[in-house]
Amino acid sequence: MHSRTSDSAVDAPLRESASDGLKIVIVGGFGVGKTTMVQSVSEIRPLSTEETMTQAGIGIDDASFVQHKTTTTVAFDFGRISLDEQMVLYLFGAPGQERFWFLWDRLFSGTLGAVVLVDTNRLADSWYALDRLEHHGTPFIVARNNFTEPQHTLEEVREALDLPPEVPVIDCDARTRDSSKNVLVTLARYLYSLSATSAVGSTV
Amino acid sequence: MIRGALDNEDPDRLYTVTGGRSRADESVFDMVTLIVSECEPVPGMQSEHARILRMCRGPLSVVEISSYLDLPVSVVKILLCDLLDTGRITARHPHAARTGGRLPEPETLKKVLVALQNL
Repeated sequence: MHSRTSDSAVDAPLRESASDGLKIVIVGGFGVGKTTMVQSVSEIRPLSTEETMTQAGIGIDDASFVQHKTTTTVAFDFGRISLDEQMVLYLFGAPGQERFWFLWDRLFSGTLGAVVLVDTNRLADSWYALDRLEHHGTPFIVARNNFTEPQHTLEEVREALDLPPEVPVIDCDARTRDSSKNVLVTLARYLYSLSATSAVGSTV
Repeated sequence: MIRGALDNEDPDRLYTVTGGRSRADESVFDMVTLIVSECEPVPGMQSEHARILRMCRGPLSVVEISSYLDLPVSVVKILLCDLLDTGRITARHPHAARTGGRLPEPETLKKVLVALQNL
């Protein structure tokens, strides 16, 4: 464990008026650029922390009939963007692997929406995350992080991932602030349109 | 990872920090609930409590406190419950969240959109 020299020296304090924390999650496989994207747009040096959860095992040990307890630990990075006097948007970079989803309800309930960051060469890595987001009813967009010249069109990506036509699919370069910002703007615009549509729908 | 994982964390430390409690009324705090100190630390106070009070002289989220303390989010929530129960902190809970599968009002999301565009 490292120690900090002074607890009062918080890297970049929030405005005194800050009162409303918002969550957006960037989900993706290892090495796809989640942390890079958080870093590109965050107003603070990205931080990391973890959550643990102990749960009774699903299986029972045949030999001893002793029920296992397993501890699930998930580490994640995050950054922050102050949106106005009150609202602060927290961006979480989250691994899409299976154990992570055990903690979704505890950590990410209330999340406005998600960015699924994909690497075209490893599209299969994102199937599970897409399935889980749909299961949790979390609106999402898909952003393809281009480290190299893409081999496929975005339409091909949409087809390969079997995405509904309304879900935005865009290209990005997670290393640049403008591109990462564009990803968040695209998600926010999508969320706004969903909310506006359902607001209209509910009055009919 | 920015810092070393807690994988090697001594379980005894976590036990001591929380006084052996494994659960708090965690639902009180979201990861992005903002915490503000209402007093200064006093001598004899548990060191983690004192550190939180020093950190939160201005608003700070639960998840940032967790990162700065190198403690899991759920452990931090237990510590925060102690401080909230004794009036040493106040909590600013998130409003603009997706609750019960419903997004916030369009006006709220419009503000988010415009703020991001203006970054």
